Amino acid sequence: MHDKTLTQLKAGLDAGDFSARELTEHLLARIEQLDPRLNSFVTRTAEQARAQADAADQARAAGTNAPLAGLPLAHKDIFCTDGVRTACGSRMLDNFVAPYDATVVEKMQAAGAVMLGKTNMDEFAMGSSNETSYYGPARNPWNTDKVPGGSSGGSAAAVAARLTPAATGTDTGGSIRQPAALNGLTGLKPTYGRVSRWGMIAFASSLDQAGPLARTAEDCALLLGAMAGHDPKDSTCVDRPVEDYSAALTGDIQGLKIGLPEQFFPEHLDGRIGDATREAVRELEKRGAKVQWVSLPHLDLSVPAYYVIAPAEASSNLARFDGVRYGYRCAQPQSLEDLYKRSRAEGFGSEVKRRILVGTYALSEGYYEAYYGRAQRVRTRIRDDFQKALSEVDVLLGPTAPECAFDIGAKTDDPVTMYMQDVFTIAVNLAGLPALSMPAGLVDGLPVGVQAIGDYFREGRILNLAHAFQQATDWHEKAPAFGGEA
Amino acid sequence: MSWEAVIGLEVHVQLAADSKIFSGASTRFGSEPNSQASLVDLGMPGTLPVLNEKVLDMALLFGLAIDAEVTGHSVFARKNYFYPDLPKGYQTSQFDHPVVGKGHLRIVLDDGTEKTLGITRAHLEEDAGKSLHEGFGGMTGIDLNRAGTPLLEIVSEPDMRSGTEAVAYLKKLHSIVRYLGISDGNMAEGSMRCDANVSVRRSGETAFGHRTEIKNVNSFRFVDKAINHEIERQIDVLEDGGRIEQETRLYDADKNETRSMRTKEEADDYRYFPCPDLLPVRVTDDDLQRLRADMPELPDSKRARFVHDYELSAYDAHVLVAERAVAEYFEATVSAAGGEAKLSANWITSELLGMLNREELSIEHARITPQQLGTIIRRIQDGTISSKIAKQVFEAVWNDEGDPDTVIEQQGLKQMSDSGELEAIVEQVLADNAEQVEAYKAAEPKKRKKMFGFFVGQVMKATGGKANPQQANALIEQKLEQ
Repeated sequence: MHDKTLTQLKAGLDAGDFSARELTEHLLARIEQLDPRLNSFVTRTAEQARAQADAADQARAAGTNAPLAGLPLAHKDIFCTDGVRTACGSRMLDNFVAPYDATVVEKMQAAGAVMLGKTNMDEFAMGSSNETSYYGPARNPWNTDKVPGGSSGGSAAAVAARLTPAATGTDTGGSIRQPAALNGLTGLKPTYGRVSRWGMIAFASSLDQAGPLARTAEDCALLLGAMAGHDPKDSTCVDRPVEDYSAALTGDIQGLKIGLPEQFFPEHLDGRIGDATREAVRELEKRGAKVQWVSLPHLDLSVPAYYVIAPAEASSNLARFDGVRYGYRCAQPQSLEDLYKRSRAEGFGSEVKRRILVGTYALSEGYYEAYYGRAQRVRTRIRDDFQKALSEVDVLLGPTAPECAFDIGAKTDDPVTMYMQDVFTIAVNLAGLPALSMPAGLVDGLPVGVQAIGDYFREGRILNLAHAFQQATDWHEKAPAFGGEA
Repeated sequence: MSWEAVIGLEVHVQLAADSKIFSGASTRFGSEPNSQASLVDLGMPGTLPVLNEKVLDMALLFGLAIDAEVTGHSVFARKNYFYPDLPKGYQTSQFDHPVVGKGHLRIVLDDGTEKTLGITRAHLEEDAGKSLHEGFGGMTGIDLNRAGTPLLEIVSEPDMRSGTEAVAYLKKLHSIVRYLGISDGNMAEGSMRCDANVSVRRSGETAFGHRTEIKNVNSFRFVDKAINHEIERQIDVLEDGGRIEQETRLYDADKNETRSMRTKEEADDYRYFPCPDLLPVRVTDDDLQRLRADMPELPDSKRARFVHDYELSAYDAHVLVAERAVAEYFEATVSAAGGEAKLSANWITSELLGMLNREELSIEHARITPQQLGTIIRRIQDGTISSKIAKQVFEAVWNDEGDPDTVIEQQGLKQMSDSGELEAIVEQVLADNAEQVEAYKAAEPKKRKKMFGFFVGQVMKATGGKANPQQANALIEQKLEQ
């Protein structure tokens, strides 16, 4: 059962081949057996999952059929889950049981999904390797010495290892797409404002966006349809009808104009990743797409601009973790200042502290214009670059990440090299555009991802491109050897 | 050499919205601690603010009332600092794009002089919670009921020159926000809170001196006292050859003094930046048109109308319009008094407001209705009672002894209109005071006036005040001349 995609499982449940309860038990057992080697789950919600599965089976028997009825998934531990610990990869929230459900969680539940548990992640979503997690790194099932990417590393590892057919993630600078690439999955970051951020613990509010991680574009379409939509509780969530994403998957890309941004193919790019990307382009051309070069002239400024804006917002967003109302509080505080200093010094890990310091500095009086003000102007230029390129073509295509999964520990001492992992993904968040990563090859047994970027609210179009590609190739069907014995 | 004070006020007005500025929680005052704090107000991870549109309307209404520049674009910003009763570690406020820009209002001083004072800006923000330092065994309790309560911070230009002007400004603001119905303006409950920026300079100088900010001046009386005290303190320091530190000072009402809280060197860097969780606020001309249509008549135009239509003095009109409810009471009284405006104004400004003041009641709790007061005035006009007796009737009505006509009837307060009866009393009084009559007749005419008053007094005494004063005067004069 665990080899099936979400779409196949839905068909199996519909056909009565197995029950939601059987499916859930199978996956719970698999998590129990295999996850100790991956560390992809930080919390398992077996009892809740069984209850949800039984409810789904009953609903199905009664003839009601919610879109995700009985389909299992895991939530990134950044989403608040009522009555379930929501730690966000941090010691700061190790003891935090959320008193409410995030809108994404609520919507998935309303659609009938079964929550298997909460997945590992970089602390407060700050990282590209899952190594900043207070719970230790999740491992890449393709090679457990390697990172699964980040920050939604636990979600990606769990889906790749077939512990769950799908998982939610969040993407602030590439945190869905890069792990999807490193684990051979399809992962989608929707347009900023397409999915509610209510209940999603904020990292950088103007960049954060939730989305699905699954094996295929078809599955992502199914999940996005359940996640997306207006939420009056999030002022930045757009009130606009949700497209029927599954219906958009015609597989027809005849005449689709694909732009290759020259800046996505720099000279120093790993040649094997460049080759895989070009091979994918040829495949899409074969199916009728028209390909041309385009330019995003300010792309090289996206990483510096991002590492001002995101930490600036984070420095303010994380101020609420002060040891006063919830979360970690230091032992025996001697004064208010001592309470603040030690609770935050002991509760946050070093990468989080680094970004809080950077962001605080960038917003300081006398530096604001030079850093934050300038970064915002760069952001406008980057957005304009994308607008111009997307006025010439329908979709932009390039590699998702500059390299495949790397060794655990290889980059932890060098934050700037780590930050460069997001060189192709960050600009998309700055522009607020939708983008997905799809599997497009293997290098030394490790997956390579290709990124497709669409215009605002054109998730259907990039999903259809990925679907067409997946009809023509079988990269999305490749599975790691991990767990094959189970 | 004389000194001139320069004063600007920052006033926080709590807006009278039922729910908070960024959450649906209630804003009711005085509930159980933390019973009115929603997930948003508690600063729970993952929660997001949503602007209460009613609060925006209130701010815009204020902007229109002070003829301010109301731009179609304002931005919420985060003011970052750590404090236990500030749940998110930042206050959502407005910084470089406030909802209300430059405006002005007019004040009238007790001597009748008028002055226009500038308002720099007004912006929306959320209130913080409260730290409770007592009753927790050395620990501090936090009550977040107030967190997220909508505030409008109104910043004046440094246009005031005395504590008296500052009080007049504050009273005018109070009047406007109550007219607009956007705040109850209750200073005791903290619905209106005032910080004052004070500096002094030599008369004739145009540059400003170093200023101090006085916090915690939360009654009209304290504003006057605190500012005057601070002005004197600064003059003393400067005349002794010292200099004024730019600092924040706290007013201690018990000791009537200000003392240093913190100096500028310790000032915080609030790291303001636009709040990414809230979209910039757009206001269309249609929105403003809709609000203009809802705008009540404001104190200034009401005052002008009262002067014009009722022929009141500017000062009486000023007193009557300060509170919307008083102005409404006045107009209802005039109407009940058959259009007698001048007497109505006198009765309200002296008797009624005096009584309310003594009993510490607001006009809503007056124990005499405009209809009752109007009846009393009509009874004065038609000669049924004298003005003096009218005060007795007023008090009787106030004390629930019945309607004016009933009181007049039951307590026999009608003026003596039968001249025969009065004549007999006058004759009796003169007979009983033969010595004074002799003295009167012997006196020089210029001394007679005072002596005449004695006989009037005696007649009033004998009639229990019910004698018609004109009639009594005429009769006494007539008899004395005989």
